[in-house]
Amino acid sequence: MGTAYDITVKQADPERVGLMPVIAVENVYKSFAGHRVLNGITLRVGRGETVAVLGRSGTGKSVLLRLIIGLEKPDSGSVSIHGQDLAGLGLDRMGEIRKKIGFLFQSAALYDSLTVQENVAFPLEHHRRDMSKSERTDRVRQLLAEVGLDSNIDRMPSDISGGMQKRVGLARALALEPEILLLDEPTAGLDPISSGEINELILKLQRERRMASVVVTHDLHSAKTIAGRLALLHEGDVAIEGTFEDLQQSDIGFVKEFLKQS
Amino acid sequence: MSSRGLEATAAANSAPSSGRIEPLSAVAGNAPKLFNGFFEWFGSLGIFSWRVIQAAVTPPYEWRELIRQLDEVGSKSLPLVAMAGAAIGVILSLEARYSLSRFGAKSMFPATLVYSVIQVMGPVITGLIVSGRVGAGMGAELASMKVTEQIDAIEASAINPYRLLAATRILACILMLPLLTIATDACALLTGWFAQALVEPLSFHQFITDGFNGATFSAFLPQTFKTAVYGLIIGLIACFQGMRTRGGAAGVGRAATNSVVLASLFLILADVVLVKFILVFFP
Repeated sequence: MGTAYDITVKQADPERVGLMPVIAVENVYKSFAGHRVLNGITLRVGRGETVAVLGRSGTGKSVLLRLIIGLEKPDSGSVSIHGQDLAGLGLDRMGEIRKKIGFLFQSAALYDSLTVQENVAFPLEHHRRDMSKSERTDRVRQLLAEVGLDSNIDRMPSDISGGMQKRVGLARALALEPEILLLDEPTAGLDPISSGEINELILKLQRERRMASVVVTHDLHSAKTIAGRLALLHEGDVAIEGTFEDLQQSDIGFVKEFLKQS
Repeated sequence: MSSRGLEATAAANSAPSSGRIEPLSAVAGNAPKLFNGFFEWFGSLGIFSWRVIQAAVTPPYEWRELIRQLDEVGSKSLPLVAMAGAAIGVILSLEARYSLSRFGAKSMFPATLVYSVIQVMGPVITGLIVSGRVGAGMGAELASMKVTEQIDAIEASAINPYRLLAATRILACILMLPLLTIATDACALLTGWFAQALVEPLSFHQFITDGFNGATFSAFLPQTFKTAVYGLIIGLIACFQGMRTRGGAAGVGRAATNSVVLASLFLILADVVLVKFILVFFP
């Protein structure tokens, strides 16, 4: 913070996003204990599109994801999923919307009292009661295979590496076949090889499932690999959004500095 | 921390004193904050309770988690309350024999023991033991889940955490406390009789017959089943404190401590009301 930059917001191309964006964050403000984190942010994501949200620490990237899945409520502005405004929805109605969203937490947030297999089975046990136990087991194995985890499925989360935890978290996020995927720092804390594998995995999932995705990351390399569009946050708002080339061609001081330092 | 008056008081009571005496003006200056925190805490507890009630009465019901919690609260507390009950039985037996002998009322021993165990000591001891074991465990477990985003992950998976985590735990406490109280009472009576029988010959049949002579169900059942309210208090406070935790490992520790301190405090305060209530409605 501190340095004042000339910010010119470049909005998303409406044709790319479509008339009815899957995710629409409109003019959202959010403060915590008097400190404003999001400052009138607008972001729309269309079907099959992956948007990477970049920015310095504390610029509200993770808060943005938590707003999209309804874990936080905006102070003002609106968040809509498939045109449905999330404001005022009860937990159960919100649950119906959340079934369409897969969320990978930065820490993976695996249930530490359950095994890897049970973690992935958890959403299925609660929402796919029509599935038999054997069908559920097959589905869990298929999901884990999809993220490259064929073995170690009976181990506890504390017994596997950070990269493996992220994979398990991703498998759990995909369990209900979501239409929207939210990834919070999917490569944070991983070595370059593991990061590359996670990026490949996300790209593969995008090709196969055509989900609307928002990826929050510090990792510019990861962002340009997996996302068609990048949104750079500064002081709680989108400073610029576009392709990586658009960012490179920007004259905005903050954007230039961010790219130089990344 | 101004918004957490009750918690601050609980934490202060449980922490060793620093020895520093606050100036009176500083204490007076903090009074409005503590006052606000006190009401804010109750307001948040009310909202939390409403959400739990809503979640508990609407399907889908989390039967499997409820059974797991019944085992966690009931079966795993049983050895502890049984041992506490056994100790209380011996202590009461020794004290009662000595006191009654002084007044030449040794024949009242069985009834004294039965009434003091079932009406007073059994319920309160069970409540406090479960408050310590289960309250701390639940508070710490849920607080740990909260700070590691596991509760957020449950909510993000479209599962109502009030239904899965809170309603099941609170219901398990409500259902299990009366059963654990019966176990405590049984152990206390058994060891109380045994301690007496070692000194003077007294058959167990005679002890029970004399102890319950003329007693009605209304003399014992309300006292035993009032512990369901203790269960409600323990479960509610522990889940509330756990699920609102912030602040990493320190927050987890604070949640566990506050769960035990506040649950025990409210349990004893509730007992005052319940005893009066029972005396009025079950004279």
